[in-house]
Amino acid sequence: MVPLSWYLIFAAALFSIGLFGVLVRRNAVAILLGVELMLNAVNINLVAFWRYSEAFAMAGQVFAVIVFAVAAAEVSVGLALVISVYRRRNTVVADELDMLKW
Amino acid sequence: MTAQQIIFLIVALYTLGSALMVVTTRNLVHAALWLVSTLFGVAVAYALLNANFIAVVQVVVYIGAIAILFIFAVMLTRKDMRDAGPQMNSNWWAGALVAVLVFGGLTSLLSGWSGFQNTAAALPSGFDAISLLGESLTSPEAFVLPFEVASVLLLAALVGAVYVAFNKK
Repeated sequence: MVPLSWYLIFAAALFSIGLFGVLVRRNAVAILLGVELMLNAVNINLVAFWRYSEAFAMAGQVFAVIVFAVAAAEVSVGLALVISVYRRRNTVVADELDMLKW
Repeated sequence: MTAQQIIFLIVALYTLGSALMVVTTRNLVHAALWLVSTLFGVAVAYALLNANFIAVVQVVVYIGAIAILFIFAVMLTRKDMRDAGPQMNSNWWAGALVAVLVFGGLTSLLSGWSGFQNTAAALPSGFDAISLLGESLTSPEAFVLPFEVASVLLLAALVGAVYVAFNKK
C-alpha cells in the first residue's frame, strides 16, 4: 500500500510547478494554466486525506467537489477578462498591462 | 515494492513531467494539451485513492470543460501561430528559487507531522462513497451550506463572465 507521504510529496511537487508557472510566465493565459495546476495539487491533498483517515467522514471529497466549482468559476471569469483585455489593448502579456502602475 | 506502489510512481512521474511541460513549453496550444495530460494523470491518482466519483468528475469537468475553455482562449487571443519574444520574464530564476523553496518547506514541514507515514485502512465491504457524498452535500447537518454557496458563486461567475467578455459594439 502506498503511504500517505507519497501523495503529499506528489501534491507538493505539483503545487510548486504550478507556482513556478504563475511566477515566471509572461502570457496571462499561461499564468491561469499554472493556477489550475495548483488547484489540482490541493485537490489531491484533500482526497488523500479523506482516504487515509476515517472513510465515513466525507469532508475531503465534499471540498474537492467545491474546489471543482471554484476552479470552473475562476477560469471562466479569468479567461473572460483576458479576452476583454486582448480586445482593448491587443496584448495578453502581463508585463504590458501596466495601466495601474505609477 | 508492491504493484500499487509501482503504478503510483509511474502515474506521479507522468503527471509531474506533463506539468513541467505545461509551464515551460513555448507554444500555448501545446501547453493547454499538456494540461489535459496532467489532468488525466491526476484523475488516475484519484482512482488509485478509491475516489471513483471524483475521478469521473475530474475527466468531465476539468478535461471536458476547463481545458477546452483554455484552448478556445488561446486561439482567441493569439495574433499568429508562434508567440513573439521570450515566454518567461527576466526573473525566472527567482521564480524557480521560490518554487524550490516552497517545495522544500512543505516537505520538511509535513515530514515533521506524526501521521506522515500513515497507510490507508481497507475500505469496509459494501462501502458506497457516492451515496455518502450525496448525503453529505444535501444534509443540513453536513455540507449543504458550502454547497449552496458554491452554486451561487457559479451563477455569479456565469453572469460576470458574460458581462466582462461581452462586446458592447
